[in-house]
Amino acid sequence: MPFVPHTEDDIRDMLKTIGVQDIEDLFDEIPQQLRCGTLEGIPQGMTEQDVSRLMHERASKDGQPLCFIGAGAYEHHIPAAVWELVTRGEFYSAYTPYQAEASQGTLQLVYEFQSMMTELMAMDVSNASLYDGASALAEAVLMAIRANRKSKSRRILMPTNVHPAYRATTRTIVTNQGIELVEVPFDNEGGHLNLDSLEAYSGEDIAALVIAQPNFFGVLEDVDALTDWAHANGAMVIAVANPVAAALLKPPGQWGETGADIAIGEGQPLGVPLSSGGPYFGFMCARQNFVRQMPGRIVGRTVDRDGREGFTLTLQAREQHIRRSRATSNICTNQGLLVTAATIHMSLLGAEGLRRVALASHANTRKLVDKLANDHIRLRFNRPYFHEAVLTTELSLDGLVRPLYAHNLQPGYMLNDDYPELGESLLVCATETKSDADLDRFADHMARAIEKQTTAGHPVQPKMA
Amino acid sequence: MSEVPGDLRYSTSHEWVRVNEDGTVTTGISDHAQEQLGDLVFVELPEIDHEMEAEEACAVVESVKAASDFYAPIAGTVVEVNEDLAGAPEAVNQDPYGAGWLMRIQPSSVDDVDRLMSPEEYREFIESE
Repeated sequence: MPFVPHTEDDIRDMLKTIGVQDIEDLFDEIPQQLRCGTLEGIPQGMTEQDVSRLMHERASKDGQPLCFIGAGAYEHHIPAAVWELVTRGEFYSAYTPYQAEASQGTLQLVYEFQSMMTELMAMDVSNASLYDGASALAEAVLMAIRANRKSKSRRILMPTNVHPAYRATTRTIVTNQGIELVEVPFDNEGGHLNLDSLEAYSGEDIAALVIAQPNFFGVLEDVDALTDWAHANGAMVIAVANPVAAALLKPPGQWGETGADIAIGEGQPLGVPLSSGGPYFGFMCARQNFVRQMPGRIVGRTVDRDGREGFTLTLQAREQHIRRSRATSNICTNQGLLVTAATIHMSLLGAEGLRRVALASHANTRKLVDKLANDHIRLRFNRPYFHEAVLTTELSLDGLVRPLYAHNLQPGYMLNDDYPELGESLLVCATETKSDADLDRFADHMARAIEKQTTAGHPVQPKMA
Repeated sequence: MSEVPGDLRYSTSHEWVRVNEDGTVTTGISDHAQEQLGDLVFVELPEIDHEMEAEEACAVVESVKAASDFYAPIAGTVVEVNEDLAGAPEAVNQDPYGAGWLMRIQPSSVDDVDRLMSPEEYREFIESE
């Protein structure tokens, strides 16, 4: 078999067969002004050896820091068995399970994943995963617009305490489809979504309300009241849920009188390493009556004509490969390997294990906040939090944080750019992976950085040689 | 051979039309069309009061392997949709001219129906396809 897929002659033959002169003719349909032209700023190709060296150099820069950043990606202990199994050839070599007949193992695994996610979220159905948490929110917004038959509007209430990257991604994907994202401010004291701020929209035609639990600040929302308000106003509820927190908190399917309608989130905390930011995967669950509007695909269990059990991809008729230009979502693949990791991870931990991870993470974050709080640093919001909290200071945050980097410590996510109204504020996170010694180390270095800044007018005299 | 009832009119995109006594028309997909599609798993219907042009894609019928548009056979306003199909899309396969109807339309102009194919014309049409 030749490894060069087509020669110049092959290309000429193929073009001739379909009756065009030039490859350019194939793009005729795309208006000139929509073409990007030549891609500038993309460097020339590199050899495998060069790429390998570059990657090693970059990886070594990452080092092994002690990480207290959460902000949407969380360091959790992953049992060694998870990736030992995931990287077996049977899982590792398959791209996506397009060939249903050839990959019963993968399909069964995805089926188990769906079953676990529906249990975790207390929802009826789960799809087989989406690209990541942020795009899952965008897809959920599109789905709510399709599914909410009570609403004629294309307006979505989007609290500003939802992850900034999720909001930006959603804006990018949905605004050109005429969907309006109405930003609702958070409560200045609690960091939560105050029911009073929703009252301004009472009686208006709203397609859905987005509720993050916990929200971007780690703060817990009053999900029951918010859900009931949305439903009373004819709006659907889209839950943005942390899957580890859901093991401890009331799951989206049980919020309020009737539960959230769609639950989405980032699957990374379930057995996927931080990996400098990706690849991750998104999950999505919904109530049964919305299953037809769900993006992506579902694996179903069925029987063949001899009554033998089998698994099959189903409900994919609104996807691109079947519906072409009329596809209702932009998802036609999934993050299969990461779903494999999540499924094995959840099956090894079990419901109780996951709950203990959640409890330990919460306890560690409380400990960390207690250790860090002092005359110069205080907790910004007065509401319960899960495993993240916003700390605020009257000092220069940059001046506190920079010395910690030098000690191979990543002290958290600085909120200055996303939320200038919060002043000098830092989002910190401690999961079950942090020991008491780790927390002390963070607190000690922070205390030193504070001391340095507050005594800046009295520098230590340099020793004379 | 597919069933082609003699009291209906047909479109080239395989919709059938029945004129009701009150001047509305009921429409669905032909027996031939449902055979071609195979087992239906879902039917997506328009909203009541939806006004549509003739040949507008106004509904979607999904079988296990394909999603196909349903084109309005005539211009008009949707006055009723077959809600039962939500739970039992297979009715379209089993009884395309009866329980498997899709929607009832108030036509913009009754003359539109006459422009559709007669049963004889439709029978020839599907044989020639």
